[in-house]
Amino acid sequence: MSVALDLFSLVAIGLGAFFFFAGAVGLLRFPDSLTRLHALTKADNLGLGLVVLGLLPRVESLLDALRLIAIWALIQVSGASTAQLIGRALSRRGAAE
Amino acid sequence: MNLLPVLDLGLAILVLAVAGWTIAAREAFGAVVGYVAYGLLLSIVWVRLYAPDVALTEAAIGSGVTGVLLVTSGARLRRAGGVEAAAPGLSQRVLAAALAVLVAAALAAVVLMLPEPPPTLAPEAREGLAATGLGNPVTAVLIAYRSFDTMLEKVVLLLAVVGVWSVASDRFWGGAPAPLGRARPQGALIFLDQALVPLGILVGIHIFWVGADEPGGAFQGGAILAAMWMIVMIARLTGPPRVGARWLRLALIAGPAVFLAVGLAGLGIAGNFFAYPAGFAKPIILFIEAFMVLTIAVTLPMLVAGPPRRSPEP
Amino acid sequence: MNSVLLVAAGFILLMVAAGLVRVLRGPGDVDRMMAVQLLGTGGIASLLLIASATTVAGVEDVALGLALLAAFASIAFVNSAETDGPESSEVDPG
Repeated sequence: MSVALDLFSLVAIGLGAFFFFAGAVGLLRFPDSLTRLHALTKADNLGLGLVVLGLLPRVESLLDALRLIAIWALIQVSGASTAQLIGRALSRRGAAE
Repeated sequence: MNLLPVLDLGLAILVLAVAGWTIAAREAFGAVVGYVAYGLLLSIVWVRLYAPDVALTEAAIGSGVTGVLLVTSGARLRRAGGVEAAAPGLSQRVLAAALAVLVAAALAAVVLMLPEPPPTLAPEAREGLAATGLGNPVTAVLIAYRSFDTMLEKVVLLLAVVGVWSVASDRFWGGAPAPLGRARPQGALIFLDQALVPLGILVGIHIFWVGADEPGGAFQGGAILAAMWMIVMIARLTGPPRVGARWLRLALIAGPAVFLAVGLAGLGIAGNFFAYPAGFAKPIILFIEAFMVLTIAVTLPMLVAGPPRRSPEP
Repeated sequence: MNSVLLVAAGFILLMVAAGLVRVLRGPGDVDRMMAVQLLGTGGIASLLLIASATTVAGVEDVALGLALLAAFASIAFVNSAETDGPESSEVDPG
């Protein structure tokens, strides 16, 4: 059972790390601010979300699990909302130019 | 596990590279962004040095609030217009660089020349913990062993606020600072506030409370509460308070005042200035810290909001 | 397992550090800000991995605080970024 959980953690964290890699590559290589924003939000949401998912089987207590989930929910909500704010700022800049 | 030195080396090089960018950046916004990145990396360095309290403080105050302060002031200067900062001349820059190198070299020399094992007071600090009833030696150092110093730091914060306010024109004295946020707040920002701020307040209080026994404390908790209030002000859900408001001034002095009062009371009750009566140390420490949290949570946003720019209502 | 977590933490840090090049190049302020946002999120992920792999106490609280402060910094920076359209009529008299 614990081998299966370890494997699950491994896979989830590996995928999460991959999304951070993808996000960084996107941030560096995409041609346009808005597309870079797209890459950033994927890394934010999926990268961190998968890492948290992978760490959940390893927690010691229910409180720790709740704290991990709270961090994840926080990042989801704030990441999505700041992406909206950044997007609006970018479109305003595009309109002003 | 010999991967850790590689990680540490990578972190160190990264910190130096980002610091170099921050100094070399041409534009204020880019430099401040670099500074915030630098603070974030430093925070991770502190975690690697087994100092989570400092890591949290660095992220909260060193990088977060200071970065926001710098970028808000920069934006104000830009909008005021016509403020062409005279770039420092070459001789000034060489002198500043020489001074910085001198200080860094002196620090490095001191650290490298320490005897092995380096002298430390950590064991004595841990031994004294039992008397204070605390579990976190950092909090014990701040509020029990060198409490007078910490109180004076709060007074310095107060002086900073007075200094910022004194920049205002006479006719604005007592009024409110300019709003932090743009006009026409966006729905996404208001939603974010509604989602974030209640949780943030809870986390801020939690980190303050837990600081007695685990990493955390008044500074970090207060900084998080300050950040939450600033988010609310940026979304223009509330405006910066009038500088002359009584509740604001009471909140600003509450921290050092309560601290000083307890210290003076120690003369009578516990026999010495800033001594705590035995057995009651932890509740008193938490009591003092609660007011310190209030002061910090109110002071930092006032520093970011700046001097008053509205006349007080007639 | 712990070493795998540490390797993942180091890898993620490396990735978001590479993303910092955008701070150098990014044509606009907002691009630079996005790179730091990525650094923040990567830092939180790394801290969570390190917290699970080592026994240093309180690192999860650092990650939690960092999450809140990253959101705060992003909001404040977007607010101050030089992307003004028509300026609001409440410009302070300077």
